[in-house]
Amino acid sequence: MKVRVRYFASLREALGADETVEMPEPSTVGDLRQLLLALGGRHAEVLARKRAVRTALNQTLCDEQAALIDGAEVAFFPPVTGG
Amino acid sequence: MPRVAIQTQDFDLTAEVAALRAGDGGVGAVATFTGTVRDRTGSGPGISAMELEHYPGMTESAIESMIDTAHQRFDIRAARVVHRVGVLQPLDQIVLVAVTSAHRGQAFQACEFLMDYLKTQAPFWKKETSAEGARWVDARVADDAALARWGVVAKNAE
Repeated sequence: MKVRVRYFASLREALGADETVEMPEPSTVGDLRQLLLALGGRHAEVLARKRAVRTALNQTLCDEQAALIDGAEVAFFPPVTGG
Repeated sequence: MPRVAIQTQDFDLTAEVAALRAGDGGVGAVATFTGTVRDRTGSGPGISAMELEHYPGMTESAIESMIDTAHQRFDIRAARVVHRVGVLQPLDQIVLVAVTSAHRGQAFQACEFLMDYLKTQAPFWKKETSAEGARWVDARVADDAALARWGVVAKNAE
């Protein structure tokens, strides 16, 4: 299945525009993070497990156990700081 | 009137409140909170600009959902959230939360609840510019604790 990956704030600055990723079924948001980490380089740096990274699935905050579905939009971003 | 506005332009507190309570004779209390840009950090250098990024679509739906929750938890008449994005200057207004209710207690509480929720659950990110350059603002554990007072577990800053 294909999922659309989006980044915001410091992650967007490091990794750039959205990307589309092919994932095996079944997969979770955590599996996707692992696959992106394995790309190495900046992906490995900013998505490192020691980094605080928040995730959203189809524009709702989620944890890494959330199951991916075909066509999903998954976003990775730092802790939010609005208000 | 939409309950949520994400906009680059400034807002007018008086006009916002007038629109929120217009025609509603059941309103006996209006509570508002306005957040503004400081020109300094706690200890660091002076701030010359503040840029706000957000996640279009998710921002609006997240805040809509917060307002639904506020209506379930508190006896309020109406609520409105305005949040600015883009480049702001010190002293600019950033965010407005306005709540109407029959009596003050529920309006005060719902206003604070919405603000605590927004701080840790709405996808906005601040970037400060100072003489030392630009840096992304760190999330505060204190904001997670503020939401925890309402019985809502947040793990934003951690």
